[in-house]
Parts: sequence; structure tokens; C-alpha cells
Amino acid sequence: MYVYDEYDHRMLAERVAQFRDQTNRYIAGKLSDAEFLPLRLQNGLYIQRLAPMLRVAIPYGLLSSQQIRKLALIARDYDKGYGHLTTRQNIQFNWPELAETPDILAHLAEVEMHAIQTSGNCIRNVTTDHYAGVAADEIEDSRPWCELIRQWSTFHPEFAYLPRKFKIAVCGTPADQAATQVHDIGVYLVRAENGDTGFRILAGGGLGRTPVIGQVIFDQVEKQHLLTALEAIMRIYNREGRRDNKYKARIKILVRETGVEKFREKVQAEWERIKGTALTLTDAEIERCKTFFTDPEYINRLNGSSVLEEKLREDPEFSRWYRRNVREHKQPGYGIVTISLKQTGVAPGDVTDRQLEFIADLADEYSFGEARVSHKQNIILADVEQRRLYDLWRDLSTQSLQTPALGLLTDIICCPGGDFCALANAKSIPVAEEIQRFFNDAAELEEVGDLQVNISGCMNACGHHHVGNIGILGVDKKGEEFYQISIGGSSAREASLGKILGPSFARDEVPGVMRTLVDVFQEERTKDESFLDTYRRIGHEPFKQAVYADSH
Amino acid sequence: MPTVIKDREILAQDRWTVLREATGPDVLQAVPGRSFIVPMQFWLNFRAQLEEYPGERGVWLDSHQTPEPVAADLAGFSIIALNFPVFADGRSYSNARELREHYGYAGEIRAIGDVMRDQLYYMSRCGFNSFALRHDQDPEICLRAFEDFSTGYQSSVNESLPLFRRRGGVWKE
Repeated sequence: MYVYDEYDHRMLAERVAQFRDQTNRYIAGKLSDAEFLPLRLQNGLYIQRLAPMLRVAIPYGLLSSQQIRKLALIARDYDKGYGHLTTRQNIQFNWPELAETPDILAHLAEVEMHAIQTSGNCIRNVTTDHYAGVAADEIEDSRPWCELIRQWSTFHPEFAYLPRKFKIAVCGTPADQAATQVHDIGVYLVRAENGDTGFRILAGGGLGRTPVIGQVIFDQVEKQHLLTALEAIMRIYNREGRRDNKYKARIKILVRETGVEKFREKVQAEWERIKGTALTLTDAEIERCKTFFTDPEYINRLNGSSVLEEKLREDPEFSRWYRRNVREHKQPGYGIVTISLKQTGVAPGDVTDRQLEFIADLADEYSFGEARVSHKQNIILADVEQRRLYDLWRDLSTQSLQTPALGLLTDIICCPGGDFCALANAKSIPVAEEIQRFFNDAAELEEVGDLQVNISGCMNACGHHHVGNIGILGVDKKGEEFYQISIGGSSAREASLGKILGPSFARDEVPGVMRTLVDVFQEERTKDESFLDTYRRIGHEPFKQAVYADSH
Repeated sequence: MPTVIKDREILAQDRWTVLREATGPDVLQAVPGRSFIVPMQFWLNFRAQLEEYPGERGVWLDSHQTPEPVAADLAGFSIIALNFPVFADGRSYSNARELREHYGYAGEIRAIGDVMRDQLYYMSRCGFNSFALRHDQDPEICLRAFEDFSTGYQSSVNESLPLFRRRGGVWKE
């Protein structure tokens, strides 16, 4: 992974000192709430319903075991013993003291971590596919490019006071697990005819109140021009994005109101001005960044594993976990393991200090000392020898981390909701739990197969409900919590936005509606179809009719 | 009159007067020989009269404006002021960079309006070299803002290359 040099270290230390000074001035009454607001937000600090919330960046999802142990220490010493993985490869702490946040940032800086630009109207933490570098079908490892974008966007002096927040995702895999098309900017790695790396760049995607799939702005950008192309989009957005209404301030609205053709022309004209300037990437810098993301020392010729075959035959529980949570690795003899943080009874994405330390140990033991976090709120050990999978599974079982849920309808993406968040209209965590309790037959869940359920507690859509195969949105109806259900959404390469079923439901009705949707799917599906496949084939009506027929 | 920091020094006296609003050129005749910063549109409307005015002139741009309408006149201005109606309005950062990097404007670029200590460092990196501080700002404390960071990843007026072109000797092209 990327290793800081003296420049990175020095700037990060300066940032901590700057924020300490700003916090002291705020506590001393020398900075107003309004003035401190953007400063604290650009250091990841929100004032929440119950306490401040500190959002720490995990750049493109990558963590060393040393960093995981530091997160555990922060969870224990400055919080109530847990952290929460977000839908954008961040980790949030819900209970820090304002006065202690500079100390937390100092701790993070020791392990090359930070909370820079994890909130506020600036360029946020860049995210990517959590299988980057290990996926068998990858076009190219996206992580060096993410690091280049991280450095370009960090402390960018021109883009710290944008009209609204700005999220960039980069994807180098065909399947797209980075929700690339629903980002303000989505960058796809593509292969040019001459074999060189290039980029297809989308803009104007996003969720929130107005969900939009991004549109292509640059069909193909040569690799050295990546940053000037991004800067051209940013400059047009900074200048022309709406600032009169925060709900119309995202780039998606600018693209829509300008018209994508005209927007493309403006970006192109700006790009012509700055293309070829010093911001043009050098081969030396690209190569330097790539040296941080080389393969670990895989054991060659590790084809298959008789130990694995034997255990798969012997142990159905292990076998189930293997089928769901282990995915194909580019290196023969290895597997990509997902540690599910979706145990029933635990808020999706929550992880305790002890679990973090345990996972750090597992990373050292099984996966070259590294782990990843996914926007689906799970943790991944990316490089595990197949012959050791059974040992790993047994270790995970000792901490209840062996839930075989990856991709199943219980692998729910969920925002903190009304339990923690000041913006929420309704709770989301209890809804996830009720669904998990209702669908508790492991065999049935596996038979249903891939089904992404996403829950947001309000229309800001942190739980990405628009792109859930089944999306659940908490709404306020005369002071009571109701839930609007949509179906057919997806954040993968064939991205689509879910369509609302109809009138919303009381919370206790939600599992029953899910049951009906699953039943329709089970009746209608052909052999290998997923829920989404069937939905796309048979359409909305059969689901809608079944749900509302039941409720009358 | 706001306190002005220019080139990292607190000015004992600042000769510029910002005309926030001006309806016609007669306003200038009332005070001959002064140094005025007029609204860009005022300059465009009354350019002939302004060119005859015996005193220094500059223009100021509000955040929703761009320098393009005065692109041909830039060399004649010894100062261009860029307004921050509120500190969270970041458009003037883009204007400053455009003036420096695209138009090669070498004169004074001044931040006016809601100008506070915590914005000064980024402003300076975008090409501002003078700052008319908001009335409640302590100029001595504001001076420290320029030392918030020793460098940045991006290029700036003082560092013409982004960090990736400055790092070590080994990686030069």
C-alpha cells in the first residue's frame, strides 16, 4: 500500500496542528459556529444528535493491520468501544469529545491516517472497488490512480468551498463494485487500442433527493491527462454549480440544467486551456505510484487445495460460508475473503475494538498484513491461501464473524438512521435487524441468492436505497416513521435506479412485504436468475400487485 | 477601512478605495487623484471617462463574474479585487487562479469581503497576494495563516510545479 514520505507526513502534521488551533479558538469563543462549521467538517467532524461524530477516511478502502489496531485504540479510548463502516469506505466514531478530536487526529497521523475532507463541501475520500488488484477479471489495478487522485484532491486550494460535497469513485473491474455511476465523478479504467491505460469519465451521478446515473463527459482520456480532465470538470462545477439552494447544488443538477452536451463543451474548452500544463502526469510519477501496489509474495503453483476440498465435503457450515464469502482471486490457490459485519442484532457495518484487533491479527496471519473495507460495509481479507481458508473460518467463528451473508438479502447496506443521525426521518438499524430476524433460514437465503437490500433513514440516501435491488427509505408521516419500498435498483455496471412500489408501510409491515417480493421472485425466476434478473425480465407489475393485494 | 495584508505584511496605510457601488463616472470627480477599485461593470460602462481619470484604477469582480469581459484590459490594472460575499462561496478562488495562470496577470490580486484567517492560506495558493481583512480579524494572527502548511500537493503561484514533479531528484522527467 502507499507509504507516506516526508512531504505527506509533514503536511499531515501541519493539518493536525491547524485543526488543534481552530478547535481551541472555537472553544475559546473566537470562532463562531458558522465559521467553525466548514473547518470542522473538512476534518470529518459533525455535531450529531447525541454527540459529535468523527468520520475517518480509509482511502480507497485499504488498511494495514497497524492502522486497524489504531482504529481499535480510538474506538476504545475515545469512543464507546466500536466504530461504524460507512457506504463510502470511511469509518465513523459516534461518541468522541470535541476537545479530544485533535488528539484523535494526532493518533491517526501516526499511522498515516486522517479525517481530511471526509465531509464538507469539498472533494471527499476517493473510493474504489474493494477487490482492486486481486479480482480475476480486472482491467487494471485502480489503486495507484486512486492515490494520484487522493494527492491531487487533498488540500486542493481552489476546491475547498464548492457548492456542495463532491464524491469521486474509480473502478478497474468489469462488474463495478464501487457504485461508480452514482458518484459526482465516476472514473472507469479502460484499455486503449494500443494497450495503454485510459479513462472513461462520467459526471453528474448521485443519489440523495434527486437520484441520477452519471453521464459520459470524456469517452477516453489518455492516462497522463487524468488530473487535468478532473480539474476541468471541477472548475466548471465550482464556478457554475448552484449556490442558491443546497438541494440543487450538486453537480448532477448543473449537468441537467446545463444539458450534458453543453456541459461537455464547457469542460472540453476548460480542458483545452489546462491540458499539457504541469498537472499533466509524468510516467515517472505513475510508475512511482504503481510501485506501492505490487503483488505480495504469492506462493506460485498453489493450484487447488486438497485440504479445502476435504473440508468442503465434511463441513456444510464451512461450505456455505465458502460459497458465499470467498470469491475468485487472480492468483491460483488464493481466495478473496469477506468478513461479514452483518450479524443479526448488530448494526450493519458496526465493528468493536476487540473485533478490529482480532481482524488485524488475522490480516497478519492470513493476508500479508492488509485488509480492505467495502462500501457494502464489510471487511475483506484479499489474499488468503485456499488451503488455509478452513483455519481462517474457524478463527472467525470464535468472534461471531463467520456470517455467510455476502450478497444475500441479509447483507444489508444501512445508514446509521434515526438512532444516531440528526438528519434522519426514521430509524434504519432496527429495520435491518427485523429483516435479518425474519429471514433466518440459511438454506433459504442461499437459495434466494444475490439480493441487495439498501436502507436509508432519510432522502439524503446514505444507505443508497435508490440502488438497492430492494430499497427501503424511511419517511416521516405526521410524526410517525413509515417506509417507502422501491425495487429494481443496482449500482453495478448496468446501473439502474429503483422504482417505488407504492404507498409506504409501517415498520412492522416491512418484513412481510419483503416476504411477498421474495415469493414472487421465487415463483417467477428461471434457473440461474437473480432477483434483479427476474425483475428486469418480468417488470414491476407482478411485484407491485402481489404486495398490495396482500395488504388489502 | 479594513486592515490590509499585502505580501505577508500589514499595511500601515492602504491607498485603495473600493467603490462597492457606483452609478455614474461623476462619482470620481468628487475626489480627484485617489486610487479607486471600481466594479467591473462600471469599468465596462464608463471606460473612456475612467481612462481620463487622474489617479490609479483597478476593478473588482464579484464571485459570480469571470475576468473574461476585461481580459484585454488586465495589463492596465495595477490591482484586481475579487469579492467573497460569504467565506463559503469558493468561486473567487477559481478567478484568482485563472487571472494568474491563464491570463498571466502579475499585478496585485486582493481578496475583499468576508475574508478571514482560516481562508488566507488557500487564497494565497490560488494567487491572492493581498487581503482586506474582515473588521473583526486580528491582523497579527492572520499573518500566521500563511505558515499553516509548508507546501501542498498542487502547484501554486510560489511553487509552479505540483508536488509530484518536485519530489526527490530521482523522479524528474
